[in-house]
Amino acid sequence: MGFYLAQLLTGLANASSLFLIASGLSIIFGVTRIVNFAHGSFYMLGAYLAYTLVTTLQGGIPGYWFSVLAAAVLVGGIGLVVELTILRRIYRAPELFQLVATFGVVLIVQDATLAIWGAEDLLGPRAPGLDRAVRLMGEPIPEYDLALIAIGPAVLAAIWLVFHRTRWGVLVRAATQDREMVGALGVNQAWLFSAAFVLGSALAGLGGALQIPREAVSLQMDLSIIGEAFVVVVIGGMGSVTGAFVAAVLISVLNAFAILIFPQVSIVLPFVVMAAVLIVRPYGLFGRPGSEHGGAEEPEQPLRLLDQRSTMVLLALVAMLAFSPAVVSDFTTILLVDVMVATLFAVSLHFMMGIGGMVSFGHAAYFGVGAYAAAMAVKMLGWGMLPAMALGPVAAALAALFFGWFCVRLSGVYLAMLTMAAAQILWGVTFQWQEVTGGDDGILGVWPAEWASSDRVYFYLALVLCLGGIWLLRRVAHSPFGYTLRGVRDSRIRAEAIGIDTRFHQWMGFTLAGTLAGLAGAVFVFSKGSVFPDALSIGHSIDGLIMVLLGGIHALAGPVYGAMAMVLIEDWVSRLDYWRFIFGGIILTVVLLAPDGIAGGVRRLIQLVRRDAA
Amino acid sequence: MLEIDSLTARYGRAQILNGVSLTLGRNEVVALLGRNGAGKSTTMKSVMGLVRQTGGSIRLDGANILGRASHLICRAGIGYVPEDRRIFGELTVEENLEVGRRPAREGAPQWTTDHLFQLFPNLAERRQNLGKQLSGGEQQMLSIARTLMGNPSLVLLDEPSEGIAPVIVEQMANVISELKREGLSVLLSEQNLHFAREVSDRAYIIEKGTMRYEGDFADLDARPEVSAQYLAV
Repeated sequence: MGFYLAQLLTGLANASSLFLIASGLSIIFGVTRIVNFAHGSFYMLGAYLAYTLVTTLQGGIPGYWFSVLAAAVLVGGIGLVVELTILRRIYRAPELFQLVATFGVVLIVQDATLAIWGAEDLLGPRAPGLDRAVRLMGEPIPEYDLALIAIGPAVLAAIWLVFHRTRWGVLVRAATQDREMVGALGVNQAWLFSAAFVLGSALAGLGGALQIPREAVSLQMDLSIIGEAFVVVVIGGMGSVTGAFVAAVLISVLNAFAILIFPQVSIVLPFVVMAAVLIVRPYGLFGRPGSEHGGAEEPEQPLRLLDQRSTMVLLALVAMLAFSPAVVSDFTTILLVDVMVATLFAVSLHFMMGIGGMVSFGHAAYFGVGAYAAAMAVKMLGWGMLPAMALGPVAAALAALFFGWFCVRLSGVYLAMLTMAAAQILWGVTFQWQEVTGGDDGILGVWPAEWASSDRVYFYLALVLCLGGIWLLRRVAHSPFGYTLRGVRDSRIRAEAIGIDTRFHQWMGFTLAGTLAGLAGAVFVFSKGSVFPDALSIGHSIDGLIMVLLGGIHALAGPVYGAMAMVLIEDWVSRLDYWRFIFGGIILTVVLLAPDGIAGGVRRLIQLVRRDAA
Repeated sequence: MLEIDSLTARYGRAQILNGVSLTLGRNEVVALLGRNGAGKSTTMKSVMGLVRQTGGSIRLDGANILGRASHLICRAGIGYVPEDRRIFGELTVEENLEVGRRPAREGAPQWTTDHLFQLFPNLAERRQNLGKQLSGGEQQMLSIARTLMGNPSLVLLDEPSEGIAPVIVEQMANVISELKREGLSVLLSEQNLHFAREVSDRAYIIEKGTMRYEGDFADLDARPEVSAQYLAV
């Protein structure tokens, strides 16, 4: 009995930490509609700052708690700087574009932290006065865990009071529902957004600072927490602080008991719970559909067919690409295969997001399924290269059919989160099912057939498959099915009213996008000769997202620009020290110079040149 | 006090207003009439800074406010009551009013919650209810009261009689008269000619983003072909 009590209390202590970070994320999303990937970075900075303050101040009990609060305040200040210098300039950009900027911040904070605090994990001191364990029903319970269990509800109560008893809190709640109307009533939204961002960042910093007696401070803290924090926010309902608390308790306590039965479950459990909750309650436990008003977006423009001159330019570029192996080095040829694989992956994601209007945070799942299916066909079934390659997209299609059926029942960020849950569940299975997938070791030795084994021949194979896939998606975008998808994207209600089965079309669009991501995966696995669980990871999904958004979601050419930029820049900077810092800086520069993505920037540049010439 | 000159507005490639001009004097109630989709709401949203692609000019007491941020337009003295009311459903009636509260402005009547609860007795009874629990008519009242909390000199009322019970429409007419008595100017968009005639001094008729008529109601009544052409459904 005592053992179960101990598990429960551990779960509740974890819930408090998770609640602190998730509540901040929820407040930021509620008011500003920003999906803040940098929230984990704020959490990590809180831990590092608290570590430095606690170890330098050495002030006993008051010193410890002062350090924790000071770290939270400092992180709030860092949040303010990020908001004022970056996010404030791009609130009018297309929806979700801001997350590219926050991803740039993640990269910069990672390397800045590495430069300041070094690569070693830091072990913080125990909290003075709370450094022992008390015995409850015979089980030792850390005093600090009990303190955390009290801090969570205390912070919830404090936030509740601020939100219900102060004018600022009332404005924040109003803005969470309809921020444009709040502006029309005379409230300066910019100021409200900054304040919400500072409060949210400070809460993340507080969550991180309070962790130092419990876990080593490390450079992995940011990305290890962010997935779970999003899950908690979504289960609770985006924008709801109470929801975040309930969801944090639910996840942490379930986890504390589930690991007793099935120890490997903790990686996927939060995502399974999220998927289950979203299927029953599409806006989370306490969430409400947001207002349709005040969307920052310009209406989508119709897609145009290429005129004759653009077609010529495009054909010339393809011809150049086709002849390039004759002139460039083998190394560049291999790099070009990477570019083509990334481009097909990005174009397939763009088809889903830009044409289908379904944002995905888990598109790498289908890339990974394609890659693993091809690899397993070779290794376990002894298939040849071409049939194995064909199996890749088929397997990805089946996976997309299955998960897509659930995902298209939702919309917006909730849909995106369900795709992430699907990807994370597949990743968890791949990672832990050692006997079949090789687990962490991946599958090695998946090489092309004899006839395709030279870099050049494989280049042409990749060229045919990737360009073919891109051409197919472009055709479909201009087909009646593509029109229907765009109609559903622009107005689901009107599309339904004229008799379109919107869910079915989105489901098919989802499946097609997944299938071609699977093709990209199959081409990828034979070019590398191996595949690891990374291929399905959230990190890889985010790469795809960055390529699409950075390239420009409103243009068919956007993902092509984005993928080329991403692969080439990464190839160039990853050889440098502190490459993340440089890469993050480049991303932020692009974001600030071209809030409509690279494609938009290029278009404006061409217009500018033409006007000068005229 | 409000002069709109050659106002154009677009959403993407769709041109909604093609050069709309309109003036509104101090303490005047003017009706902007027209069918659905004629451009009434877009005109009001443009005045309020809620439409991004606009051209022409909008002057408030001589100063051009076109292109200013929405909150600054509100602070300059223009209150906006949107067509679909846009009540904060998760906030109580009192909290909705709190969101609208602004400091007193020189030359404009100052409103308090007590005064507003006298003007809208239904709201007084429901001050602790959530916005989403109110009826359509009560939400319309709340939307007007919330805007008045900002102490505006000029109120843009977008179709206040739309979708509410006839008895409330009568109350709404009294409220508009009360606003005029308090010294406010009102620009009212309407499809309901009867209601507009009851409360307004003058009228404009807009159709397909262009002004088609300007004058008083006696003149409009003398020319039935005008309302038949632009207003009849």
